[in-house]
Amino acid sequence: MTFMPDMNRRSFVIGAAATGGGLAIGFDLPFGAAKTAAAQTAGGPEVTAWVVIRPDETVVIRIARSEMGQGTLTGLAQLVAEELECDWSKVTTEYPTPGQSVARKRVWGDFLTGGSRGIRESNEYVRKGGATARTMLVQAAANQWNVPASECSAANSVITHTPSGRTTTYGKVADAASKITPPADVKLKDPKDWKIAGKSIKRLDTVEKTNGKMIYGTDVVLPGMLNAAIKDCPVFGGKIKSYDEAKVMAMKGVKKVVKVNDTTVAVVADTWWHAKTALDALPIVWDEGENAKVSSDSIAQWLKEGLDAPQAFVGNQVGDAKAAIASAAKKVEAVYSYPYQNHAPMEPMNATALYTPDKCEVWTGTQNGEAAFAAVLAASGLPADKCDVHKIMLGGGFGRRGRSDYVTQAVNIAKQMPGTPIKMIWSREEDMLHGTYHPVTQAKLVGAFDANNNLTGLHVRISGQSILASVLPARLDNGKDPVTFQGLNPAGEAAIGYTVPNLLVDHAMRNPHVPPGFWRGVNVNQNAIYLECFMDELAAAVGQDALEFRRKLMSKHPKHLGVLNAVAERIGWGKPAPDGVHRGLAHYMGFGSYVAAAVELSVKGEKEIKIHRFVCATDPGHAVNPAQIERQIAGSFVYGLSGLFYGECTVKGGRIEQENFDTYNSLRIAEMPKVESIVMPSGGFWGGVGEPTICVAAPALLNAYTRATGKRIRSFPLKNHDIRIA
Amino acid sequence: MIELNVNGKMHRVDVEPDTPLLWVLRENVGLTGTKYGCGIAQCGACTVHINGEAARSCGIQVSDAAGKQITTIEGLAVNGVLHKVQKAWVDHDVPQCGYCQSGMIMAVVTLLNEKPKPTDADIDAAITNICRCGTFLQVRAAIHDAAKA
Repeated sequence: MTFMPDMNRRSFVIGAAATGGGLAIGFDLPFGAAKTAAAQTAGGPEVTAWVVIRPDETVVIRIARSEMGQGTLTGLAQLVAEELECDWSKVTTEYPTPGQSVARKRVWGDFLTGGSRGIRESNEYVRKGGATARTMLVQAAANQWNVPASECSAANSVITHTPSGRTTTYGKVADAASKITPPADVKLKDPKDWKIAGKSIKRLDTVEKTNGKMIYGTDVVLPGMLNAAIKDCPVFGGKIKSYDEAKVMAMKGVKKVVKVNDTTVAVVADTWWHAKTALDALPIVWDEGENAKVSSDSIAQWLKEGLDAPQAFVGNQVGDAKAAIASAAKKVEAVYSYPYQNHAPMEPMNATALYTPDKCEVWTGTQNGEAAFAAVLAASGLPADKCDVHKIMLGGGFGRRGRSDYVTQAVNIAKQMPGTPIKMIWSREEDMLHGTYHPVTQAKLVGAFDANNNLTGLHVRISGQSILASVLPARLDNGKDPVTFQGLNPAGEAAIGYTVPNLLVDHAMRNPHVPPGFWRGVNVNQNAIYLECFMDELAAAVGQDALEFRRKLMSKHPKHLGVLNAVAERIGWGKPAPDGVHRGLAHYMGFGSYVAAAVELSVKGEKEIKIHRFVCATDPGHAVNPAQIERQIAGSFVYGLSGLFYGECTVKGGRIEQENFDTYNSLRIAEMPKVESIVMPSGGFWGGVGEPTICVAAPALLNAYTRATGKRIRSFPLKNHDIRIA
Repeated sequence: MIELNVNGKMHRVDVEPDTPLLWVLRENVGLTGTKYGCGIAQCGACTVHINGEAARSCGIQVSDAAGKQITTIEGLAVNGVLHKVQKAWVDHDVPQCGYCQSGMIMAVVTLLNEKPKPTDADIDAAITNICRCGTFLQVRAAIHDAAKA
């Protein structure tokens, strides 16, 4: 694919809103409208903002969201192509830049690729972009033939005048179509009539990912480019006290030592290896500050106090859970905890920046093009019409690349060397020490039963870190972080799947100095473990079957129940298992989708888990590419199980201790379980795919482990209990 | 000056002899298909072939690779025809983000050279590359398919 569309720029004025952390600009119709003089782009006429058709019949579909492995590039193209009625074999894709989008009144809408929103939140307007283009192409052909458009139809990039049998192609009428006024509204197809969308079509970006030709951010090469290696104070909140650049200036290839900001220093050299070698040799004295006293133990102690703290934000309240617990015939209580984890995408953070007093451009892999663009504006001090961000393929994102700290750093370096492109790459060690970590929390769960073993009350107290308080404080609701309650909410895209007569879910916010971030799955990872492991504990406490116990509480949650039933049936729940084989299950809702998992495993000596098979079901409403959904399910299990077995960043002296994959392990192919996917879209809503399933693997496995051993594990990762995958 | 034979072509590079082969390939030879992932030979993203053997190029000094035949992902296809492993990768739509796949493919080519019909246990023992996207189910299926080709 083309990663740097060569589009004409035009001057424009942009409001001050664009220079802040995000862009708050009026959202125009993202198709048809606001077409500019720069319509002759991408080697052919632009029919709508989403569709360019070249004379050779190539269909260029514009993709605003970012491809980072999850398949959104292909899925979004399928949705546009479905309505466009084009020849899929002629489809190619192109990223517009955030600068171009802003210049055209955000014609491509939101660029944010996080929260499993890539498809679910843009599907309607990208489909309209395709349908609008089809209508205009048909109209152009009808005009040429001087017949009513209603007598013409389009399929496979060919337009046919039905009464006469005449045909023409998109490539032949695209220029005329681009000059037609777009229709005010278009009707979208019923998904049951889909021919391209909804099908397991091959990805569009595979070949270049097998022959070394795909360009990632680390691969960018610009004429005259220099390379930068960077070191931020390893203690979060610490600062540079001093560094002795004279010690490294004579080293081979070194061009400059740059103070990036108060906390960060970089070495610029001819090659990155020279830059890194000199940086490692650079004597730096840090002013580590107060945070140097913080450790994992001190954080855990602080969070523990929150488990019984009187003050907490309420996320879900039904009846009076505390009274139900006080009057319970039987009470069950458990405390769980979940650690810091690094995203560790295979490609470390990086960005390439070119700054001159008149212009600043950045080439980078980002999940949030507009936030990166805003970061370029802020760091360069230049107005929007003099900045742009060229999005490059991401070597993994998982939420980390939704942040723009590395973009700001690259611009800060480039600003000190005007006219010279600077490619800044973080070492793996820098990436591990300066993540935006999966937040740390603990949870105390208390369940109450009456004398007949009915669950009468449930209190889930979460203590720990808020992501929004650190990342997007403006989105706090009177101090409360609603994202904390993912999957435990009364309703919405992450609703709890149980009806309990007296329920209280609340959060004692405790924000340590380690910066948190959105980590694939965000807060469903630990919340699903807390809730779904505890549901098994409750069922066991009253001697009930884990599935039947859940079902009794799920009659008002048919979609949750649907996926749970699907995995229970597939795994053979209730039927005898082979000798030594134990089963576990879990379900949850997040990012608009309903998900469930069941597992069969056996355990040797309480320490060695052999996973025989996983079954996972998802109901995402609509399934745009079932084969890619299956890959996201299995992939999310690898990410989630890596977290469960290995994922932990510990804090000592205020800094993260794990610096590379030798101490921060990740699942290998030998540990990869068999994963059977059940993709069961029930229609009527659009749920996410990349994240929701990640959270059900761990609780299903933990519940089966308990059934096998009688032991309940409540702190993670499992390596701390010497438990491993056989 | 060090002479390197990369993908059948000689390159003279002016680098310190202890420079990791990975960075010489990427920065001096200009072949960026070989990726940096960890720098400590843990993840395998930088896997290349040296005299036909899979090697993690971040942990190999360039001077030790001089005089040997180095093959990178860019040298795997012959006259534009994909290697059978690359073809199996395309058929199975293996890559997600794709960043680890150069190294994964290079490791698999060596495995198939040594064991043309590998068992699952052979695969488990030989392929230890990290893939954070989690493409392992497709990787395994594609290996078995390539073994049949």
